[in-house]
Amino acid sequence: MTDAPRRTALDATHRALGATMTDFAGWDMPLRYSSERDEHVAVRTRAGLFDLSHMGEITVTGPQAADLLDYALVGNIGGVKTGRARYTMICEAGGGILDDLIVYRLADQEYMVVANASNAQVVLDALTARAGGFDAAIRDDRDAYALLAVQGPESPGILKTLTDADLDGLKYYAGLPGTVAGVQALIARTGYTGEDGFELFVRPADAVALWEALTEAGKDAGLVPCGLSCRDTLRLEAGMPLYGHELTTATTPFDAGLGRVVKFEKTTNNGDFVGREALTAAAERAETRPPRKLVGLVAEGRRVPRAGYPVVTADGTVIGEVTSGAPSPTLGKPIAIAYVDAAYATPGTEGVCVDIRGSHEPYEVTALPFYKRQK
Amino acid sequence: MSNPQQLRYSKEHEWLSGAEDGASTVGITEHAANALGDVVFVQLPEVGSTVAAGETCGELESTKSVSDLYSPVDGEITEINEDVVNDPSLVNSAPFEGGWLFKVKISGEPGELLSADEYAAFIQS
Repeated sequence: MTDAPRRTALDATHRALGATMTDFAGWDMPLRYSSERDEHVAVRTRAGLFDLSHMGEITVTGPQAADLLDYALVGNIGGVKTGRARYTMICEAGGGILDDLIVYRLADQEYMVVANASNAQVVLDALTARAGGFDAAIRDDRDAYALLAVQGPESPGILKTLTDADLDGLKYYAGLPGTVAGVQALIARTGYTGEDGFELFVRPADAVALWEALTEAGKDAGLVPCGLSCRDTLRLEAGMPLYGHELTTATTPFDAGLGRVVKFEKTTNNGDFVGREALTAAAERAETRPPRKLVGLVAEGRRVPRAGYPVVTADGTVIGEVTSGAPSPTLGKPIAIAYVDAAYATPGTEGVCVDIRGSHEPYEVTALPFYKRQK
Repeated sequence: MSNPQQLRYSKEHEWLSGAEDGASTVGITEHAANALGDVVFVQLPEVGSTVAAGETCGELESTKSVSDLYSPVDGEITEINEDVVNDPSLVNSAPFEGGWLFKVKISGEPGELLSADEYAAFIQS
């Protein structure tokens, strides 16, 4: 075992751009290139370019690839059409979330599962362990792909100058193979920013050429390189959960308000899947005895709530916990996602505070997301 | 980045000016401001309060983290920068100028402070 952080194919590019690097799940990744606030605003108003090569790709192929994924994951994967993608989760037998995933159906018998960097090995191991008895093969493709994302309202225009692929026909949560700037890519209309955008899965050897072509093509449209710091504030404004914060093994999809991703009506494997029994109970519990609910909090003041800070009433009674918090560049105020007792989860509930290092700062309870783009 | 020669520096990345009108001005260095990222909130000591060298006297909050603010010297706070309270981004845009934090009337000889060149070597090491 070595503790040296892994570096993406774009490592030298990031350093040449003067990026502040950070360790993220064992990878040395760009945190920001200049100001994270400027990068955030660029994605909301123009376009941003991200290196997401740390994400973990796993390919599942074979006659029973769909059956295996239906059994191993909570979603209805067999129902995904070729060329489309689905947001789903992989859970423990006890219902706890192991990871949230995007699964692309690349061909009739071929799927690409994209896991979070921190969980890629866990997902690979779980899929492998659950594959027994299925006529399907699991391939670790973590080193086979670099992943670049172009996000923001200008991203379709920028990409169109570099590809003949039918981007107008490419729906949200769909992917098609094509050529971008002369490079073979899986072009997916997905992202994690709340904006329109594309994720481009390419060979690592092609990553630098593609990055440079996108940078050049986006220059006039105001595209800037973006790091993980603004990616976090973008997803937070968009109300998207982050593994390790809103989602953990101690949480079921129903606890996270994402019960809709669990499909009990599966046509394969007689409807059986890992976690079915526990998740059935979790669904009932969510109906009858609502646990803590995930809500948005908007600050009245300027102090920023952080993950782990208690949510309290004015007299200090703990009623929840912040899972993510940051100053929102779009709202101009600190925002947070938090689990709070159901009695305090209704938007507009009075008297909710966050204990910020001993000071009870007032917060407004709101529905998620904080930000939704105009279509 | 360059550190003004006329200032002195602490290992906690504050800078301290020479005493003008009996008080010295304190801020954080450009190196520290860059490391913090976009500063969004500052909590400064109250005017009239006393501070001690190396002890916490406020907070600097950035997008990703919160850091304690230390005083480089013993003394009494004579003024705080209201502009930076209202616009914390001044810490990033002008750390040695408009982003100054407080003025302090020094009551004891400061401890170990570095020259600009010594500080530059310190942050390189």
